[in-house]
Amino acid sequence: MDPREYTVCPITEFPEGSRLLVRVGDEEVGIFNVGGQIVAYKNRCAHQGGPVCRGRILGRWVEDLNSAKEVIGGHHSSDMDLVCPWHGWEYDLLTGKNIADPSISLKAVDVVVRDGVIYVRAESATRTPEVVPAHE
Amino acid sequence: MTVEHLDARTAEALIVDMRPREDLLANARREAAMRGLHSFPIFDVDCHIIETMRLKEIVPYISNEAIRDRYETVPESAALNLPSAYGDKDVAGRIYRDEHVPGTRGVPRVEDLLNDMGTMGINHACIFPTPMLALGEHPEVEVEVALGQAYNRWLVDHYLTENPRLRAMLYLPFNDPKAALREVVELGDKPGVVGFLVTSVRRTPVYHNAFMPVYAALEERGLPIGFHGGVNWTKSSASNQLNRFLTVHALDFPLYNLIHLFNIIINGLPERFPRLKWLFYEAGLAWLAFAAMRLDHEYMMRPSEAPQLKRKPSEYLREMYFGTQPMEYPSKMEHLEMLFDIVNGPSQFLYASDYPHWDFDLPSKIYDLPFLNEAEKRQVLGKNAYTLFNLPYDEISASLSGTTATEVN
Ligand code: FES
Repeated sequence: MDPREYTVCPITEFPEGSRLLVRVGDEEVGIFNVGGQIVAYKNRCAHQGGPVCRGRILGRWVEDLNSAKEVIGGHHSSDMDLVCPWHGWEYDLLTGKNIADPSISLKAVDVVVRDGVIYVRAESATRTPEVVPAHE
Repeated sequence: MTVEHLDARTAEALIVDMRPREDLLANARREAAMRGLHSFPIFDVDCHIIETMRLKEIVPYISNEAIRDRYETVPESAALNLPSAYGDKDVAGRIYRDEHVPGTRGVPRVEDLLNDMGTMGINHACIFPTPMLALGEHPEVEVEVALGQAYNRWLVDHYLTENPRLRAMLYLPFNDPKAALREVVELGDKPGVVGFLVTSVRRTPVYHNAFMPVYAALEERGLPIGFHGGVNWTKSSASNQLNRFLTVHALDFPLYNLIHLFNIIINGLPERFPRLKWLFYEAGLAWLAFAAMRLDHEYMMRPSEAPQLKRKPSEYLREMYFGTQPMEYPSKMEHLEMLFDIVNGPSQFLYASDYPHWDFDLPSKIYDLPFLNEAEKRQVLGKNAYTLFNLPYDEISASLSGTTATEVN
């Protein structure tokens, strides 16, 4: 089925760090501006289908070691993670890959910026939703 | 290519943090609808209310006057006097379900709980408390008894009598065997009571002779006994060597269930009470492979230490019941399939959500298991529990066939 293109908003209204959750066709899609790059994912976690795009966005937690390999603290890195509000699975916001198992990913949705406007592409609203097994 | 214009303001109105409570489970409704989960009975053997938000109602049920006096003026203070199940459940605020949702602790309002169950495709649920799961460690046995008894009576009056979709295994004040027996005798036939629960983290071992009348009373009434796992980070010399809630949670829930399961089997309790049904909650499934193999192995070398046994320990284990949550995700599905085989899963496993706690499982987690056939999926999701709790599965099933998601709530 032909994908349709949906206008989201002008890029000027969507600065770095922005997030929108929109309904396109039968899908909810989360759109994020990660350091100037626009990415979009289906709002369905690869774990049990939770509304991952509603989750908190945090810099990835990194433990700091000194030269003797002692733990001396920790900090949030600049890699941003999206945390599913159902059970805490964490995904790299830029790539959609699960941080604990990179073979698992969020389902990316095509997103383009053209003439200063953000568009997402999704299949027609009339298609029958398919079952996405929880164990992917 | 068709270009449809979505008003930017509409999109803004859908910004995540502005959304209402119901939307948190919108995906669960969809998952259930896609699989037709509303058309057959699903019984959730383990979900949680947050009883300490309603202490004003519970405290007047305390019959021990001295203890009621302690809490009467400020009922909320009873919560502060509970032993703690310490631990950062929400991973430094990461598991965040916004301010409209009761978070990950428990559902305070009955209407919300019923509504959420319907959304997930769950017809009946067995409810448990949340902070009071740690009551078994209370240093003052009279307080455990007083609060446990008050909770039980409050639950019967406020939840079970009026809500036929809710059932409960009531709290057994197990550090006082006589008081435990009184609960079974006085409340065993109340509406909605399907058994009694021992909170797993506690001091008194289950083989003590003083408990035999309790087991006999349960067996006589056809009421199962359950053990609900928990954590014991601050007081156990084993667990307090662990420095992450991840590891404490991974170890303690199975650990305390294992301790009771080992004691029950090796002391021959299933031989002494052959009709009593034993249930274990919230330790996942992987521990059962360890329990079955390890006990059989030891038993072969030291059978005289378990002289009441007529069969290998794992054979008793295969007749017990286990809540599935939090069901592990091994990277090879065959490993999970093997667990189902080791413990006779299709007839002994009971779907459990643990909703709304941070590691809850949806029914789809069972429904999507590729190695179960449709009949087995329905057994684990409902039939096993309805049968165990003496509820009319076929009747409930007939009333649901053809039901769609929208008709449930
Ligand atoms: S559904 Fe997202 S973490 Fe479980």
